[in-house]
Amino acid sequence: MLIFEQSKSQRANPSQAPLQEAGIDSIPAQFRRRRRPLLPEVSEMQAVRHFTRLSQKNFSIDTHFYPLGSCTMKYNPRASNTLAMLPGFLQRHPHSPDNLSQGFMACMFDLQEILKDVTGMTAVSLAPMAGAQGEFAGIAMIRAYHDAREDTARTEILAPDAAHGTNPATATMCNYKVKEIPTDAQGDVDIDALKAAVGPQTAGIMLTNPSTLGVFERRIKDIAEIVHSAGGLLYYDGANLNAILGKVKPGDMGFDVIHMNLHKTFSTPHGGGGPGAGPVGVSPRLEPFLPVPLVVKNDDEYSWLKEKDRPQTIGRLSTFMGNAGVLLRAYVYARLLGREGMHRVADFATLNANYMLARLRKAGFEAAFPERLATHEFIITLKRQAKELGVNTMDFAKRLLDYGFHAPTTYFPLLVAECLLIEPTETEAKEDIDAFIEAMIKIQHEAESDPEKVKSAPHSLPVRRLDDVKAAKDMDLRWTVSE
Amino acid sequence: MPFIPHTDDDVKTMLDAIGANSIEDLFAEIPAELRSEGLDSIPDGVNEMDISRLMRERADQDSRSLCFAGAGAYEHHIPAAVWELTTRGEFYTAYTPYQAEASQGTLQLLYEYQSMMASLTGMDVSNASLYDGASALAEAVLMAVRANRKSKSKRILTPRTVHPDYRRVANTIVHNQGIVLDELDFDRQQGVIDPASLPDDPGDVTALIIPQPNYFGALEDVDVLTDWAHAHGALVIAVVNPVSLAILTPPGEWGDSGADIVCGDGQPLGAPLSSGGPYFGFMCCRKAFVRQMPGRIIGRTTDLDGKSGYTLTLQAREQHIRRSKATSNICTNQGLLVTAATIYMSLLGAQGLERVALACHANTMKLLAALDETDGVTKLFDRPLFHEAVVQFDLPVADVMRALSVQGIIGGVSLADDYPELGNSILICATETKTDADIETYTASLKRIAMRLTANRCPVQPKM
Amino acid sequence: MSNVPQELRYTKTHEWISLNDDGTVTVGITDHAQHLLGDLVFVELPDVGGTFSEGDDCAVVESVKAASDSYCPLDGEIVEHNEALSDTPELINQDPYGDGWIFKLRPDDAGAYDTLMDADAYSELIAEEG
Repeated sequence: MLIFEQSKSQRANPSQAPLQEAGIDSIPAQFRRRRRPLLPEVSEMQAVRHFTRLSQKNFSIDTHFYPLGSCTMKYNPRASNTLAMLPGFLQRHPHSPDNLSQGFMACMFDLQEILKDVTGMTAVSLAPMAGAQGEFAGIAMIRAYHDAREDTARTEILAPDAAHGTNPATATMCNYKVKEIPTDAQGDVDIDALKAAVGPQTAGIMLTNPSTLGVFERRIKDIAEIVHSAGGLLYYDGANLNAILGKVKPGDMGFDVIHMNLHKTFSTPHGGGGPGAGPVGVSPRLEPFLPVPLVVKNDDEYSWLKEKDRPQTIGRLSTFMGNAGVLLRAYVYARLLGREGMHRVADFATLNANYMLARLRKAGFEAAFPERLATHEFIITLKRQAKELGVNTMDFAKRLLDYGFHAPTTYFPLLVAECLLIEPTETEAKEDIDAFIEAMIKIQHEAESDPEKVKSAPHSLPVRRLDDVKAAKDMDLRWTVSE
Repeated sequence: MPFIPHTDDDVKTMLDAIGANSIEDLFAEIPAELRSEGLDSIPDGVNEMDISRLMRERADQDSRSLCFAGAGAYEHHIPAAVWELTTRGEFYTAYTPYQAEASQGTLQLLYEYQSMMASLTGMDVSNASLYDGASALAEAVLMAVRANRKSKSKRILTPRTVHPDYRRVANTIVHNQGIVLDELDFDRQQGVIDPASLPDDPGDVTALIIPQPNYFGALEDVDVLTDWAHAHGALVIAVVNPVSLAILTPPGEWGDSGADIVCGDGQPLGAPLSSGGPYFGFMCCRKAFVRQMPGRIIGRTTDLDGKSGYTLTLQAREQHIRRSKATSNICTNQGLLVTAATIYMSLLGAQGLERVALACHANTMKLLAALDETDGVTKLFDRPLFHEAVVQFDLPVADVMRALSVQGIIGGVSLADDYPELGNSILICATETKTDADIETYTASLKRIAMRLTANRCPVQPKM
Repeated sequence: MSNVPQELRYTKTHEWISLNDDGTVTVGITDHAQHLLGDLVFVELPDVGGTFSEGDDCAVVESVKAASDSYCPLDGEIVEHNEALSDTPELINQDPYGDGWIFKLRPDDAGAYDTLMDADAYSELIAEEG
C-alpha cells in the first residue's frame, strides 16, 4: 500500500510542524500557491510503520550476502556512521568560517593524505560526489591539460570494450569521441589493436585495473608506454581499487589521474543508490587542474583553496565541497583499518574470490577466463546452461533470491555471454560463501530436473518477475489523486 | 582483524581448495616490478574507542554556533524519526535496486518520492535524484540542449540572481560541449531580473534559467519571464527551493504554460547541514521530455500474477546501456538522502511543510526588520522575499563577520566576492529554528561589534 | 530464421528501404534487427522537413534492454514519419516491413537507391554476424 493510500485529509501531524502561527500577507498573491501539493497526511506512527515495512522488503548487506560484482558490497562499519553523525559535524554550515571548522577540516586534510599514499599520486581533491563525477573531473583535467598546452588536435579517448558504461558517457560529456579497444582471449587489452589506435588524436585512455573482467591487466606498463609516447594521458577508473590496496599503486603503474569510489573501497554505505564519493588523485602535471575546494595546512591551521587560489582549476563540481558526510565515514574506516588493515582488504577479498571460483569450477561451472587467477571478483558464464537447458543467467539470478542471496551482477561486462560477475568481498565468512556455492549447485540441479521452477523464480519474494515492457510503455511514474 | 572473519584454519582450507600455497601466490599476475608494499603515511590502525575519542574531539572543536547563513544550505528541524528510519540497515546498506524483486522497499519509496516531488513542483514527472542542486542545474542545462530541438545555439540565458556556485558548477560541467551560459543582469533596486530589460529580439536562445526564490531570497516575476522565454522559442529551467513550494506558485503553473524543467537542492527536506553534503539534487519535467531526463526513474508495473510492483524503467537512456550516447554519465545518485526526504515530507504533510515555510518567512522578516533598525545596517532590496534577504553594512564586511564568528555567530554569507557592486553586503537567513531571542542575540552582538569597530577607526591619527 | 524480403534494399546497420512510385523511399528496421532488440517500447521519429546525410542517426528505436540509433540510408529530406509508432511502437515487432515503417525520405539523388545492398547480400551479412 502506498503512503498516499493511508492518507486522510485533515489528519495533520502537528508535532512535526512549528507551533508558530505566521501569516503570509507580506507575500503578494501573484506569487502564492493556490492549491496544496499532494503530500500524505498520516500520523507519525503510521509513517514509521510504513517505512519500516518498506525497508523489510529490501535485501541489503546487513541482511543478506550481496556479491554484486564491481559494486563491493562489504560490511559498512557502524562506527563510521555514528561518528560522522556527531552533532558537531551535522550542524556545521558549509559557509562556517575557518575558525569554527578546524576539526572538520583536519579530517578532510588527513583523508587527502591517506588517499595520496594509497594511490601513489601527488595530490588529491575530495570534491567529486560519486565515481562518475570523479571520472568527469579526471577527463576534464586531461582536456584542460592538453588545452593549456594548445594541443587541440586531441579529440579521442580510448577505452576497452569491457569498460563500465560511465567511461564512454564521461568522455562524451567532455566532448571527446570514444574509440573502443578490443580485449584478447585472456582478458587483457589487445596491445596490437591499441598500437594501431593511438596517434596524435589520442587525448588519453581510460582503464580499470583489475579490469571489469576480474583479471589484472598484466601489460599495463606497455600500455602506459604506448599511450604516453603518443602524447596521451592515462586515466585510472578506481572501481576496483580495493583489489590492489597496499599491493600496487596506480601511480606506479604510470597513471596520470585516478578516481576512487569511497562507497566501494572505503566501505561507505551504498544507501539504496548513493550517496557515493569519488575523490580524484593526480600526478604532478595535472595538479594545477584539480577541482576545488582543497584543504591545506599551514602552521597547524587548515584553510580552503578555492577558485581564486587555483587559477587553472577545472572548477567546482558541487555547490559546497562534495559529499562531506561520506568523506567523514571513509576517514573513520581508513583509521580503523590503518596500514595493516589496508593490506588485508586486498588479501582477503582476493582469497574469497579465488576460493569461490575454485569451488564453483569444481562443481562444473565454467569460468570466463579459466587460465587466469581471480582478483577480488571473477566471471562465470552460463552459456552452456542457457543453450542446453534453456535456463539463463537471469533465471539463476532470480532463483538465488529465493535462496536468500542477492544476485551477482548479471550481463555485465557485455563481452561475456550469459555472465555472472561475482564479488564476495573480504568481510564474508567462509560459511556464507559455502552456502552460496551450495545454492548455485542446487539451482544447477533444478535447472536439469525442473527448469520451469528456475525460469519462473523468484517464488518467495514480495513480488514475482515484473513486466518491464509494460513499465516502459505505460510510464506510470507517479501516484495521482484520481486513484 | 577488523571486519575480517577468517580463522587460520579457514585460510588453510581455502588455499587448499584453490591449490595455492599462500595468499601472496594469488597476486602472482601483478608484475613484480610494480609491487610496492609501503603505505608509509598511513597511520597504524586504531580501535573504535580511540577513533571515537578523536572524532568527538574534532566535532566538539566545531561546536555549535548560532547560524544565520543560508545561501543554499538551510538549518531546519529534522524530526527524529527521519534518520532513525533512514539509517536502518535495509535502507542504508542496500544498493541501486537492480534486482527489483529484492528491492521493493527502496523502489516503492522512490515511486512515492517521485509522486511527492512532481506534485510539489506541479510537473508531470520526477527522477529519483541527482547529486546536488548545482550539478542538477548543470544536468538541466544539458537536458534543455537535447530537448529543444529547434534551437541550435546552445545558448542558455543565466541571470546573475542564480546562486553563483550553481553557475560555476554548471559552467564546469557543460562548457566543454560548447554550451554558453550568457549572463543576465539584475535590477539594483529590486534584486531581481527586470522583465523590461529583456530584449525584444534575443536571437536563438535554448533556455532561460529562472531562480525562485533567487539567490538574494527575492521573488522573481516568474510568470512574465516564463512567457517571454516561450515566446522566443526558449525552454524554461526553474531552480527552486522545495520548502518554498509549500507556499509559492509551483513552476508547473508559471505563466501560460509552466516551466519545462525544474531542478534544485533537496537539502531542506530532511538533510542536515553536514558541511555541504551529502544533499541531493531533484529534477522534474514535462512528460514529453522524460526520455531526455538523466538519472534513475522508477515505474509502477505488474508482476506475473498481475500484482502491483515497482522497477527501474526507461533505462535505455542511461550509461550502462547507451554508453557514449547516454543522457548523462550519472550512475550512483543520492538514494539515502531521498529516503530521508520522503520520510520528512510524509511526517510533515502539505500543512506541516506550509507551516515550516511560513515560519521561515516570518522569522527572516523579523530578522531583516531588526537589522534594518540597527545603526550602520541597511536593507538593500525592496522586493517580496521568501526566507533570505540582503543587508549592507557601513563597516568592512569581513571585519564584521570575523568579529561575529568569534562570538559563535555566523551572521550570514558575505556577497563581497561575488557581487562587489553591492559593497559590504551579506545574505541573511532565519529559518523556523530561530527564536526571537536568537535574533536579539544577533542584533545585540552586532551593535557591540559596530561600536568597537567604529571606535578603532577613530579619526585621530597617530603621531609620526 | 529472419525474414528478408527479396524486393527490398538494405543497409549494414539493419535498415530496409523500398522505392515508392513518387521517387521517395520508405525506411524501417529489418525483422532481424527487431528480433535482436526485443519488445520495442518507444520510437523517436525524425522531424518532417529535416535533411540528413547518409549514415546520420535520424531515429531511435528503444526496447527495455537497448536503445539503438537508426541511420539514414541516403542523403535526403524527411517527407513523412509514421505517427502511429508514437503510441504503438510494437508495430515494428509485429510487422517490421509493413505497418512498422519509420519514415519516408526524398533522396537528393534519384539513382542512389540502386546502389544499396540487395536481399541476398543482406542475408549473407546477418548469417555472418551469427
